[in-house]
Amino acid sequence: MQLVLEKRAERSNTIALVSPLIAIGLTIVTMVVLFAILGKNPLLALHAYFIAPLTDGYSLQEIAVKATPLVMIAIGLSLCYLANAWNIGAEGQFLIGAVAGSWIAVKTQGTDAGAWVLPAMLVLAAAAGALYALIPAICKVRFGASEILTSLMLVYVADLFLDYLVRGPWRDPHGFNFPTTAEFDPVATVPLLIEGGRLHLGSIIALLVVAAAAILLGRTIKGFEIRVVGAAPRAARFGGFNANQLIVLTFAISGALAGLAGIIEVSGPVGHLQPGISPGYGFTAIIVAFLGRLNPLGILIASLFLALTFIGGEQAQIAMKIPLDVTKVFQGILLFYVLACDSLILYRFKLVFSNRQVSRGAG
Amino acid sequence: MLDPTPDGQHSDKSPLLRTIGLSKRYGDFLANDCIDIDIWPREIHALLGENGAGKSTLVKAIYGLIQPSAGEIHWQGERIVLSGPSEARRRGIGMVFQHFSLFDNLTVAENVALGLDGKESFKDMSARLEQVSKTYGLPLDPRREVWQLSVGERQRIEIVRALMQDPKFLILDEPTAVLTPQEADQLFIVLERLKAEGRAILYISHKLEEVKRLCDTATILRGGKKVETCNPRRETAGSLARMMVGGEVKEVKAVSGRKTTVPRLVVNDLSLAPAEAHGVRLEHISFELKGGEILGIAGVAGNGQDELFAALSGERLAKDPGTVVIEGIAAGHLSITQRRKLGAAFVPEERLGHGTAPRMRLSENALLTGHAASGMVHRGFIDTAATLRTVDRATETFDVRKAKRDPEAASLSGGNLQKFIVGREILRNPAVLVVSQPTWGVDAGAAAVIRQALLDLAAAGAAVLVTSQDLDELAEIADRIAVMFHGKLSAPLSASEASREKLGLLMGGSSLEPKEVAHAAGA
Repeated sequence: MQLVLEKRAERSNTIALVSPLIAIGLTIVTMVVLFAILGKNPLLALHAYFIAPLTDGYSLQEIAVKATPLVMIAIGLSLCYLANAWNIGAEGQFLIGAVAGSWIAVKTQGTDAGAWVLPAMLVLAAAAGALYALIPAICKVRFGASEILTSLMLVYVADLFLDYLVRGPWRDPHGFNFPTTAEFDPVATVPLLIEGGRLHLGSIIALLVVAAAAILLGRTIKGFEIRVVGAAPRAARFGGFNANQLIVLTFAISGALAGLAGIIEVSGPVGHLQPGISPGYGFTAIIVAFLGRLNPLGILIASLFLALTFIGGEQAQIAMKIPLDVTKVFQGILLFYVLACDSLILYRFKLVFSNRQVSRGAG
Repeated sequence: MLDPTPDGQHSDKSPLLRTIGLSKRYGDFLANDCIDIDIWPREIHALLGENGAGKSTLVKAIYGLIQPSAGEIHWQGERIVLSGPSEARRRGIGMVFQHFSLFDNLTVAENVALGLDGKESFKDMSARLEQVSKTYGLPLDPRREVWQLSVGERQRIEIVRALMQDPKFLILDEPTAVLTPQEADQLFIVLERLKAEGRAILYISHKLEEVKRLCDTATILRGGKKVETCNPRRETAGSLARMMVGGEVKEVKAVSGRKTTVPRLVVNDLSLAPAEAHGVRLEHISFELKGGEILGIAGVAGNGQDELFAALSGERLAKDPGTVVIEGIAAGHLSITQRRKLGAAFVPEERLGHGTAPRMRLSENALLTGHAASGMVHRGFIDTAATLRTVDRATETFDVRKAKRDPEAASLSGGNLQKFIVGREILRNPAVLVVSQPTWGVDAGAAAVIRQALLDLAAAGAAVLVTSQDLDELAEIADRIAVMFHGKLSAPLSASEASREKLGLLMGGSSLEPKEVAHAAGA
């Protein structure tokens, strides 16, 4: 008797929907084992992670705030991944966007610059993110350099550049030597949706991005080109679609969205530029993209779920002294299971009772 | 059932190989259903059937590549269970595959050494290789690297490799599919000789004339079941075809008195360097194709047909715009989309992954080639209803059978997918259709539909270029036939002049007598 993977005639849409849920279930089982090994009560830990954040209004808003950059970055990444272009450097594009947008905020600080400041920051951040993403894309198209490596390496360049700015030229003179810029002026700040709350305009922008991506992929010829180039490159060339052009395009869109997410985070929830503005949004968004099946609506749901693990991780640290790094372990295990469960979309398990042993015995 | 052969000519008491109720199941699909077959020594046994009839599955089970789901295999009267191909070879079963497993950058002797299980030294093995190839009239230079060899020579390596194990029983999977008629004749002499030595041969083919000429016995499979075992020499090609197909094969009818009009596709001195290592360089290719005309391009695979298709379709661009002229407009520098807008349509050889995106729906695959010029896209937005209409029209016009209205391309059978692809292009009313291997791996019913569609398209005034390795197919539909060899294209012969003899010579690289060429050029 043996267990074999058998190819399905057609991809299973049911499994495509259920596979992320199976992956989440398996991740939770693994986490229970992990909590037990750490000597924590697994039930209490799961409660702290997944239930407690959902029980008060402040945490709910905070989930939406954390989900906002995840959605925007993951939507961009999903376009890359659908086109078979592997942008791993969204974290760097996020940081560069934050830096570029902050430049306007820093330069207009204390002046009577008007309402144009925030829109200009958003536009500049998106442009900078796109340009930064074009470096690996063009290296790939022109020289065949692996975009996985180059985009990842550029993350550290962006990280250190931001660090240099806030410790050097842009440091707040009244900031007690902390590596941070001054608080942004109100005209350079993303407005809140509810007075005194946490939700800000960025969440609305994120929803618009989801809708735009859904239309792009489902209704337009460009979206179709992106999907064909990834799914069947030779057929795409036969269709007259230029794969290199689409690599450049998807990297640019993805970089622009990451850069936009960066400036919204800085001029919204954070309020100033400083190191550590991202708890790894650019990397977590990779998990969001795959957990969401590279589908805009799926990504929206997946981003809320992963935002929950960020908030839950903080609560578990406070309440049960579980290290915050366990959240990253959780996210890593989740990606692992998501990719594993995806094989069930095209294959199914089957038990085979081999007749070989029997015939050997008879022969 | 003791002696199932019609002649009762066998002196041996028991068959060399016998399968009893052999079945193989893949998921819900029964590829072989209770197949009984007897192979006797000193016999060339044909295994006939359409694509998907179960021929390959059956021989894979006999060669130990797959385990049957049920049934028995008896070898020399004794029941055996093969653990794999090496055990099959040890027992004396050899096989020559249709797709060669050779390393291009290794020499002939190195390739043979890799395929042998024995422990003899490389030097002894090389000596034996030369001796075997000489004995059987299969000349091979052990020191040459494989990439320099023709397809026919590569096949010789596979045959010699099998013969070096001194098999009692040799399986050949469609060996003549890649040979010129003359090369095929040489192969038949070798096979007759192997038979005379007392060996048995299982010969897989769907070429009926060949089977009638060569084989003593024929077993016909259809839909995974054995239909009949007969003496092919007592059957007609028609009766064998009926058994294979399970009904009458529709005759293809050409419209008589087709008028040729203006030149719609002209190729002027097209030369193109290969895109990949060991690819074929196109050299000075010129021809002119008028509306209402079908030009066939024959030739052994790998002589530049793929490269020519890429250059005509625009998947590869030529430097000089004037090398490819479509509808009177220089198009050598234009992309495939721009060429489609000029009225050209293309059907590549590979259905899955080239002609279609396998995991996308038919409507999306209609959009793949229809987005340029079929009103499926308005201001960048896809008109889904229009793509579905194309699917429905192709389904209706070309009898595409599928489980639902808009399934994934990969879920269709080869014949039905090919009908869809050809239909998708023909429904665009192209002025020029370039099609490569239109009926490769397609069942006889679908092949007839497709050939008829090509004839009708030409009758409606389009220029049709058909590349095929099937000479019978070209004879059936083409008005003129040219031959591709080493990246060069011969002058076209009119179909009435293009005998198998002449085409075979051209396919092998010989040139015709000067006066014949002159005559052909004037045609």
